[in-house]
Amino acid sequence: MTITLRDPEVTADVVAAHGITTDEYEQICTLLGRDPNLTELGVFSLMWSEHCGYKHSRARLADLPSSGPRVLQGPGENAGAIDIGDGLAIVFKMESHNHPSAVEPYQGAATGVGGILRDVFTMGARPIALLNSLRFGELDDPHVRYLFRHVVAGIGDYGNCVGVPTVGGEVVFDNAYRGNPLVNAMCVGLLAQDDLTRGFASGPGNAVYVLGASTGRDGIHGASLLASAELGDDTAESRPTVQVGDPFTEKLLLEATLELIGSGVVIGIQDMGAAGLTSSSSEMATRAGTGIELDISLVPRREPAMSAYEVLLSESQERMLVVADPHRESELMTIADKWDLPCTRIGSVTDDGVWRVFEGHDEVCAIPVEALTEAVPKYVREVEPPAYLAPLHAWSPDPGWLDDIDPLTALTTLIAAPSLANKRWVFEQYDHHVRTATVIGPGADAALLAIKGTKRGLALTIDGNGRYVYCDPYRGGALAVAEAARNLTAVGATPLAITDCLNFGNPEKDDIYYQFVEALRGVGDACRALDTPVVSGNVSFYNQSSAGAVYPTPTIGMIGLLQDIEKRVPPGRAAAGDRLLLVGADGAHLGGSSLLKEVLGQVTGRPPAVDFEAERTSAKAIRALNDAGLIGSCRDIGDGGLAVAAAELMFGLGADLGVELETSDDSDLHGVLFGEDSARYLVTVTDQDLVKATQLLAELEVMHRTCGRVVASAAYDIVGVGLVDRGTLEDLWRNAIPNAMQLSESNR
Amino acid sequence: MSKVSIGVVRFPGTNCDQDVFDAVADIELARPVWLWHKETNLQDVKGVVLAGGFSYGDYLRAGAIARFSPIMEEVIRFASDGGPVLGICNGFQILTEAELLPGALMRNNRLTFVCRPQRLRVEARDTPFTRRYAHRQIVSFPVAHAEGSFAADASVIERLEDEGRVVFRYVDERGGNGPDANPNGSMNDIAGVINKVGNVLGLMPHPDRAMHEMVGSADGRGIFEGLVETAA
Repeated sequence: MTITLRDPEVTADVVAAHGITTDEYEQICTLLGRDPNLTELGVFSLMWSEHCGYKHSRARLADLPSSGPRVLQGPGENAGAIDIGDGLAIVFKMESHNHPSAVEPYQGAATGVGGILRDVFTMGARPIALLNSLRFGELDDPHVRYLFRHVVAGIGDYGNCVGVPTVGGEVVFDNAYRGNPLVNAMCVGLLAQDDLTRGFASGPGNAVYVLGASTGRDGIHGASLLASAELGDDTAESRPTVQVGDPFTEKLLLEATLELIGSGVVIGIQDMGAAGLTSSSSEMATRAGTGIELDISLVPRREPAMSAYEVLLSESQERMLVVADPHRESELMTIADKWDLPCTRIGSVTDDGVWRVFEGHDEVCAIPVEALTEAVPKYVREVEPPAYLAPLHAWSPDPGWLDDIDPLTALTTLIAAPSLANKRWVFEQYDHHVRTATVIGPGADAALLAIKGTKRGLALTIDGNGRYVYCDPYRGGALAVAEAARNLTAVGATPLAITDCLNFGNPEKDDIYYQFVEALRGVGDACRALDTPVVSGNVSFYNQSSAGAVYPTPTIGMIGLLQDIEKRVPPGRAAAGDRLLLVGADGAHLGGSSLLKEVLGQVTGRPPAVDFEAERTSAKAIRALNDAGLIGSCRDIGDGGLAVAAAELMFGLGADLGVELETSDDSDLHGVLFGEDSARYLVTVTDQDLVKATQLLAELEVMHRTCGRVVASAAYDIVGVGLVDRGTLEDLWRNAIPNAMQLSESNR
Repeated sequence: MSKVSIGVVRFPGTNCDQDVFDAVADIELARPVWLWHKETNLQDVKGVVLAGGFSYGDYLRAGAIARFSPIMEEVIRFASDGGPVLGICNGFQILTEAELLPGALMRNNRLTFVCRPQRLRVEARDTPFTRRYAHRQIVSFPVAHAEGSFAADASVIERLEDEGRVVFRYVDERGGNGPDANPNGSMNDIAGVINKVGNVLGLMPHPDRAMHEMVGSADGRGIFEGLVETAA
């Protein structure tokens, strides 16, 4: 049934329509000592939804490492924060907007960016970078092209207007995401540590204000019904649950918020994101151990005749909840006026631990604050590995099975696969230069920003591989972290911390729950081994449609630091005659690889195991080589193996240069070229530095071999196998996505 | 010698204000001064820059609302009195809306936002803003806009060309006018134009984002140096 917002009766049907189980309803009655009214039921349905309450994930998330000497703020706040020295901190977080983007791609993606920006500036940090991680079905499907085009436009238009550069990201195409795209957005902010502000409703008697946009009927039940259930075939009917973004108001809200925090007027502040006024007010009171009293008749509305239920549950965008000393109200109002933003007092902080809502003189809700937050049910269960894994893991191909696959044909197929092809079509739509700190922008292994006023550089990346996680959840989770660390290492940075976005199917199903638990264990082990605590994150369940669940896809947003930005490893710093050096062992592992997927159309085998010790050693070797000034350019070896890394390296070089790649003797040719074994990098060194570099690597006991050279002819040559003209290869790589999108011009 | 004050206008939604402020501050003899859109006092600045962004959200039409803000009346008077005014990106759009410059900036022909490094040819160096460049020098400034396609009546274009008022033209990586030269469909590959008197320049590419080699190019310094020299 649909929920009639004015239905005064709380019947069993109404409870079920709110996504609340019979057991949960009984718990609610116990907590209240009575039956909830309809408004209270709506409030519980949001706060106890998976999206807000993390009921299937919270207990497991507690196992992730979240502390360390640099951690200033771990999970549980609007965003995490880490110390980068000089009294500065970086605040960052990633969040999903998958279902809204499936239903309404432009607004869904745009408001995803808006929400993550607010999570960062509400901490007092100025947003300095955005990144995103996107998954779609294959581009031969017109609906996928529609989603892709509008998601990219929505992300671009929002971030571009607010003036925060989008400096990196990833886009992967696989039919596993056809019915349910993934749109994960990450924001990174910078602030002086003294300005770090938290979402605390402290001090009974302090006043509560709503700052920013007025409240409408958009996004009602976005968190509960849209984000916390599977996508049905009637997604179009869910459009009213998607919010509508206004990046111009966001820009004003950003400036006003930072000015308010700078002025010292703010005691606590929080974005009204998922579950709007309800979640922001109850979470702020929980953190401070206080109560809160609101009169929703005072909340500015953009639509007439809204009920208490609607005002409390609205997810209208670009609103903040501010707690301030009422004696400083005029200072607050002066700053709000300066930025032309409405600011209205709607309540007070109390000391009775109750979340109390009035509509004029009528009390419409009275719920113990902790019943909405701490009392959310936590579901933990033990499940067996899904049946599909055993055959995948038993996969072992016959000897000579790849003899018919010509390496150069395989390379051109890989390079032209949209997941591996050049993403210029995407990132040219994002302003990646604004704020003038972007030293390495999109398209490299990682982005690099200058931290103005210091010598430091901040390296940023997002990585994840759902196919790996599907084939082996534990290994896949660990590999996502390892790959992100390699991305940062390749530009010369040292990894510091991560934020994660955990995209899975319906956790009530055992197979999915197993994937979630094991992937999380992999992420946690890798973070412990690589010394990158998890300081913030987001869980997105129910990513499935009638076509089934998406690949389990944890995406990892990692930040790293470069003490001296002059020591960065830029793309394309190599000349003819320079040597190619493989740092790490030769590849051999093809299970779960891009070669299997893109060339043979198979998703099978196990992804490579992660050897944490090897990851640490090879990363240390890259930093040592760089410190000694021996590295020209560097690529980490990931999707598509050495062959693809060499091609990507070549595309960054002057147009008249090419590469010669030497495979090692007596080994399996396809494994060496396309194996995706971890802990490996491809670097260039000058001919005269080669001896020094190999000596250093030998001292560090890191496996390595020279594997070719940069040459003065524009070709890609696999010695002893054959060569392909660079222009041909580069055209395939550059044009794969534009060509696929061109086909769709007629059905935009 | 006292520093030359250059005003940087902030409209609600301007987002390259800090970038322009920093660019001006980078010029030895210059002192940047914020000018708030609600003010009517130019604080004795000797030059004015309208920075990029999305003033008033670009709602209605890029630059269409900003031109009616209180500060713009003063900027228009300043320009009429011969003061140097530079409009970058959204600033260029505002200058055309305010009719300080001819033509209009239309939606890009590719229909999407475009952000990329862009080569330009300096077509006129007899302006206060381009005197630091060599004749027909090729420079690199990034572009980042959705509505940057310069359009005007054929007669206006002809006059701009005849009078040498096309100051910057888009070129490709090799400095030619190949198919990749023009990022947005601008008529005659026009990237920037100056008014008849020669004190008001508008351009879509961002010299403010080309102040240091580390971010890709330092070619933009010349424009700010020229502006400060003229204003002094």
